Amino acid sequence: MANPNGIGASVRRLEDQRFLTGRGRYTDDFKRPDMTHAVHVRSPYAHALVKGIDATEALAAPGVVAVLTGADMEADKVGSLPCGWQIHSKDGSPMKEPGHFPLARGRVRYVGDAVAVVIAETREQARDAAELVMVDYEELPAVASSTRAVEGAAALVHDDAPGNVCFDWHLGDKAAVDAAFARAEHVARIDLVNNRLVPNAMEPRAALGEYDASNGEYTLTTTSQNPHVIRLLMGAFVLGIPEHKLRVVAPDVGGGFGSKIFHYGEEAVVTWAARKIGRPVKWTADRSESFLTDAHGRDHVSHAEMAMDKDGRFLALRVSTLANLGAYLSTFAPSIPTYLYATLLAGQYKTPAIYAEVKAVFTNTAPVDAYRGAGRPEACYLIERLVDIAAGVAGLDRTEIRRRNFVPAEAMPYQTPVALQYDTGDFAKNLDIALPLVDYDGFAARKAASRATGKLRGIGFATYIEACGIAPSNVAGALGARAGLYESAEVRFHPTGSVTVFTGSHSHGQGHETTFAQLVAERFGVPIENVEIVHGDTAKIPFGMGTYGSRSLAVGGSALVKAMDKVERKARKIAAHMLEAAESDIEVKEGRFTVAGTDKSLGIGDIALQAYVPHNFPLDELEPGLDEQAFYDPKNFTYPNGCHVCEVEIDPDTGVTKVVAFAAVDDFGRIINPLVVEGQVHGGLVQGIGQALYENCVYDESGQLLTGSYMDYCMPRAEDVPSFTVRTHEDQPCTHNPLGVKGCGEAGTIGASAAVMNAVVDALSAYGVTHLDMPATPEKVWRVIQAARPAPALAAE
Amino acid sequence: MYAFSYQRPKTLAEAANALKAEDAKLLGGGQTLLPTLKQRLARPSDLIDLSAIPDLKGVREVAGGLEIGAFTRHAEVGQSEVVRRVIPALAGLAGNIGDRQVRHMGTLGGSIANADPAADYPAAVVALKTVVVTDRREIPGDDFFTGMFETALQPDEIVTAVRFTKPDQAGYAKFRNPASRYAVVGVFVAKFGAEVRVAVTGAGPSVFRADALEAALAADFRAEALDGVAVDADGLNADIHASAEYRAHLVTVMAKRAMGTLE
Repeated sequence: MANPNGIGASVRRLEDQRFLTGRGRYTDDFKRPDMTHAVHVRSPYAHALVKGIDATEALAAPGVVAVLTGADMEADKVGSLPCGWQIHSKDGSPMKEPGHFPLARGRVRYVGDAVAVVIAETREQARDAAELVMVDYEELPAVASSTRAVEGAAALVHDDAPGNVCFDWHLGDKAAVDAAFARAEHVARIDLVNNRLVPNAMEPRAALGEYDASNGEYTLTTTSQNPHVIRLLMGAFVLGIPEHKLRVVAPDVGGGFGSKIFHYGEEAVVTWAARKIGRPVKWTADRSESFLTDAHGRDHVSHAEMAMDKDGRFLALRVSTLANLGAYLSTFAPSIPTYLYATLLAGQYKTPAIYAEVKAVFTNTAPVDAYRGAGRPEACYLIERLVDIAAGVAGLDRTEIRRRNFVPAEAMPYQTPVALQYDTGDFAKNLDIALPLVDYDGFAARKAASRATGKLRGIGFATYIEACGIAPSNVAGALGARAGLYESAEVRFHPTGSVTVFTGSHSHGQGHETTFAQLVAERFGVPIENVEIVHGDTAKIPFGMGTYGSRSLAVGGSALVKAMDKVERKARKIAAHMLEAAESDIEVKEGRFTVAGTDKSLGIGDIALQAYVPHNFPLDELEPGLDEQAFYDPKNFTYPNGCHVCEVEIDPDTGVTKVVAFAAVDDFGRIINPLVVEGQVHGGLVQGIGQALYENCVYDESGQLLTGSYMDYCMPRAEDVPSFTVRTHEDQPCTHNPLGVKGCGEAGTIGASAAVMNAVVDALSAYGVTHLDMPATPEKVWRVIQAARPAPALAAE
Repeated sequence: MYAFSYQRPKTLAEAANALKAEDAKLLGGGQTLLPTLKQRLARPSDLIDLSAIPDLKGVREVAGGLEIGAFTRHAEVGQSEVVRRVIPALAGLAGNIGDRQVRHMGTLGGSIANADPAADYPAAVVALKTVVVTDRREIPGDDFFTGMFETALQPDEIVTAVRFTKPDQAGYAKFRNPASRYAVVGVFVAKFGAEVRVAVTGAGPSVFRADALEAALAADFRAEALDGVAVDADGLNADIHASAEYRAHLVTVMAKRAMGTLE
């Protein structure tokens, strides 16, 4: 009998009871005896020299323990926050990698850049005293936008990065693309902006540093998606603490969306300060600090062109992108607009030649790094907007131009011209499933009905493919990654048959405590409540690269499978011994070990007990214990793909766009928990819709953040989205990992923005609109309508 | 927030006395004041919480209309059977302020005393021929709002109630800021016999009456009468969410929609 909580079951999330009843344990919930509180003094200027810091008054304020600055860190030889990925420019030169110090040294480069930290008995005392720290700033000219940063007269963010350029990189075959354009019948062109976003995890970042002078051990509790990576980066590069003296714990974490992958300066500050003052130091960001200092996402300005033959078949794609990296290189910043973006520009299409240039620039804004989707939404948005324009240029229906150019299922595995090799995918099938879900045939009638009430209706498509399961270490290394990207797992059967799994993946909302337990329940037939998933602690977990890039199940789950394979091999040996049979005669099914052709069998529980009570083990051949560890390094990326369809209705009097229907058809390979997958898709879609219609991070020209709170930064609400129609199919499993899984965490975000904007532009097409930059705010939509009134198509009726 | 003394008087007299402290501030529902304090943008010496004074609460039907206590929360006004019967448009306005959390904390008196240019209530106060009652006098609603975050109140004056005149018909429509849920533009239309009042909030530095719209509706009290009636964008607010020109356009659109909600 199959386990009711095994693979494919919509098991309700085991962790939700604690989250929903307020019993989660987040970093800020941890209190230590003698703990102090840190508040950072942050630059109010986007760019300034720090000519002096006078802490006299602050040090005299009630409860103040210490005021520390960049100079104190420098005196202690604290290093620069390292960057985990190195990109080389077209000319072979390495990217510019300026110093990025936890507390600024002599110069600040964005509003929010930390110049000092005040440590006091209470948080309020620290805040009071922080206002008394006198910083003598000399304001410098600033530059906030990427387009201005590359102008000759722009202020220099870093003196050693001429023109503010970090790198000027390219990918693909320029000559082949130029040749294809020379013989093209049609060319579609677009200029677009991928708007900058603030990640907005529900839990703000926090860090608690501790130092035990008796043994020289440090502990950092932090809001991280990958505590081992933080231990490596902070220990080896910033503070010089060896692994065995540094424990990093990432307990319950309330959302990350990428923004908690990176090693942030505050983590180093509290860890270093804990030793310096001899007491635990805790820092928790308030929401305003989160807006200013969490690494932002997106912020691309691109030009793209598609060359086609007379039938609308794609011949070549040419892309030029300007990527804003902010003031400093965040941990994985250089990889996002390069290997996680340009390598996805083939999309679902068999475009034979692609050439992409990416110039990445420094500006006086918060650092920009991975945000849910990380490069892939930018690629999908660019391709799918361009394909819609191409349909118009070639005179084809928007579904037809896609079908005509899809990589066919039978062409898999498919080598793209931009480095990736897709393993599986049936893109036409996704579209076939999607069209009836939105009643595509009935759209014309719905559009007419909307028009009768004075509204404009549009429908939009986005097909996407993403590279997940990051990453084969050999490939990542060849492309500039300074780390491997495998995952580890340990499966420990206890004497009474319960199981603890130690995983290097980290759950900050994804539901690993449920889905990983389902894998164990399925494999060994144990009740799911007897399986505990432990994550987020370098003192417990063998090693881990953490959770991002939709990698947990594909990489961490595969490591778990490998560890379970080892457990099963060991258990088989024990069973053979106990049943007095040859190992090769033992058959294993769902945790039951049977001597072939007999009724002699043992359950995994019996075997676990014997493993720890080995009264008559042949110890030369068989060790006690049932506890195995494995590392899994993927052979390839995984390639989730899908087709998203959005229908919108626009009120031309106000410019308000309402998403009235949304269908997402996704191929995630094999599905472990359909309920969790659907939840991931819903969340992703809302974030994608948010980017398309609501969210926009705006700096003014002087580098002040204008959208620094929810009064001005618009997050989507439940009432802003329709009831989603979500479908998956499982007949294209991943071919190179043991579970056949592809990953589902980012897909919604990747497809949704393009689908929404294609629908908005479709609705406005009667006004001659062929493109609108995100977000499609009411005034922006109203303005394009005003500019075109009266619409020819409407006036004709 | 900075430290302050907290007081919760039981009577209006106690509150008035407490307000004599230097830099004392009255606390209504706290929907503006508390975020301001949390961001350390204000530093009152004393916070005088008005929530325990029974005289400031409740909805009463009076000759010709309604009297609503200053410490009546938006949700209570929105759900009040009396308000729904006497001036349904006012119940509609209160029941759609901000979001559910704001409505269950925010108060009428707090809203009008703060005089946020994007608040909803000022439109009703100006449109509904009101009298703002304080601890020492009565101020005509038409004279109450004097500018952006400015009113006719003395620094130590306490709003106790607002008297609303029952119109023949009234309606309110607003265009919400998608982020903050404040009114980018809110228009309250009220008809008293031959007189039509059109009060606009959100669009300008302070609530104002739209003369051109009033004239058009006085001549022909139908939404269609507003077709082609434009509002001057000069002097209107502009920010990253809406330009003055867009706001001016929305005034007419919202006025027409308010006409569609007449009760």
